[in-house]
Amino acid sequence: MKEGLIGGALFACAAASTLVTVGVVLVLLRETTAFFSEVSIVEFLTGTRWEPLFQDRHFGVLPLLTGSILVAGGAGVIAVPLGLLTAIFLSEYASRRLREILKPVLEVLAGIPTVVYGYFALTFVTPLLRVVFPQTDIFNAASASIVVGIMIIPTVSSLSEDALRAVPSALREGAYGLGATKLEVSTRVVVPAALSGVIASFLLAISRAVGETMAVTIAAGNLANLTLNPLESIQTMTAYIVQASLGDTPQGTLVFRTLFAVAMTLFLITLAMNVLSQWILARYREEYQ
Amino acid sequence: MTSTSRTWSVTAGAALLLASCGGGEGDSSGSDAVSGAVAIDGSSTVFPIAEAVAEEFQIAYPDTRITVGVSGTGGGFERFCGGETDISNASRPIDEGEVAACAAAGVEFIEVPVAWDGLSVIVNPANDFVECLTVQDLRRVWQPGSSVRTWRDVRPSWPAEPIRLYGAGTDSGTFDYFTEAINGEVGASRPDYQASEDDNILVQGVEGDRFALGYFGYAYYIENAERLKLVAVDGGSGCVAPSDETIADGTYAPLSRPLFMYVKRSALDRPAVREYVEFLLREAPVLIPTTGYHALSDAEYQAILDEIPEAAGTAG
Repeated sequence: MKEGLIGGALFACAAASTLVTVGVVLVLLRETTAFFSEVSIVEFLTGTRWEPLFQDRHFGVLPLLTGSILVAGGAGVIAVPLGLLTAIFLSEYASRRLREILKPVLEVLAGIPTVVYGYFALTFVTPLLRVVFPQTDIFNAASASIVVGIMIIPTVSSLSEDALRAVPSALREGAYGLGATKLEVSTRVVVPAALSGVIASFLLAISRAVGETMAVTIAAGNLANLTLNPLESIQTMTAYIVQASLGDTPQGTLVFRTLFAVAMTLFLITLAMNVLSQWILARYREEYQ
Repeated sequence: MTSTSRTWSVTAGAALLLASCGGGEGDSSGSDAVSGAVAIDGSSTVFPIAEAVAEEFQIAYPDTRITVGVSGTGGGFERFCGGETDISNASRPIDEGEVAACAAAGVEFIEVPVAWDGLSVIVNPANDFVECLTVQDLRRVWQPGSSVRTWRDVRPSWPAEPIRLYGAGTDSGTFDYFTEAINGEVGASRPDYQASEDDNILVQGVEGDRFALGYFGYAYYIENAERLKLVAVDGGSGCVAPSDETIADGTYAPLSRPLFMYVKRSALDRPAVREYVEFLLREAPVLIPTTGYHALSDAEYQAILDEIPEAAGTAG
């Protein structure tokens, strides 16, 4: 009787979060459909100019897409090697005591408010970049990538380390028994054995970078610009959503619907990456019992 | 977007005060004589002024209820001449059609200039070649489809360095005003510039970019004057740099303009409306600067204040 009540309450909680997700998707779908009844999906996906807020309107999402890819890709270039090497160090090299100090310190990186990262990029990273590359725009994709990369290091290192540590000691001991060095054990035995978890952590971190909003809005600018040059000013999908929704965009207008079309695009990208990481985890998991 | 859905009510604070002093009947400040509602609508540019005054006013007169809408100058006049509102905010003088509409409906009004709004054109302090730009220069840079890419495209003697542009976001009144004054049509602008409603971002951008050109509210320039360089604007009668004087006497044209409130004459018979207008004119020298606009001179406010009893007719 009592158990049934508890079970019911728990089910209600689980159902609530599922229903919210379904609701969000439904709203996105409804407004996106309305958007595509006015703007052709071909123009949206292939247009090279994103200027929905001006008189002469253009609805090509490519500049926003390349903006997001530039930032997320740059962040990945920083976070993937640093995060993975950190994970290897924590899991294989660090003493238990050192790990217990290092890990929480590293995780603080994830706890810093993203607006702080944004201003850090604008007032510290960008001036530094401009010493090296004087032609850098004051708002640029590179400085946003760097701080977003730092921001997602804990996601990579924490999840990768969990995966590395889940590799049974018997494998390591077997390798040592064959005369392998510590480096060989780490890179040739432990990392390959944990590869599915490591790759899943990369994908999760990158999808977080794609969705990152505040830091890129501040540091990367608000200029929808079809470019792959990280030193130029760009606008990401998330930054556009901030720009258009902060003002007084009237509900039900085409501009209002662009928010949902862009949000839908963003949602599909992160969803695809999450599904991919789940699939990799399931498909390539090595079972050790 | 209906006008009612965009109406802010600024009564919450007043309601609290009201509750705490038990109805305000025994209020010793003498404000108990003033009660009632004041309906205001119109320009979103004037909204911050109307709202700032309303907040202060309702602290002084807790029995009043002020609503301030933002239907835009034109939308505001429509409701005003339809007799729905007591005061209409306007970021331009009333036009002939609106005067006729009000006359036809029997709505008499007085025009109350409340403040000056000025825009400033800004470059980086390290920019040593731009001192003054004509309105034609600015139009060539900012018009839709502009082909200006470098400073040399503006004047052949200037360097062939790319102009980086920083300007108001499309939702701001600054954007509407700048595009109308420079490009001749509200909302007509080239799209490829850093747009932000947040003036801080624009200041950061121009400050950090040697070949930048930007525009934003003059009040904001003043706060950051040491980090930016002000450009004089030639509207046809020589270069004039914005300053409190040139904005307030209208010589900084076309980037300065007066802001107005139009008050229905018959509404001045109601103590709440009349006291609101008089309160505004008395407090303006202090309140207007807090909104980012420029106050008129004390004498000008006093001159309008002196006209109120006559405008109100019998109520004296």
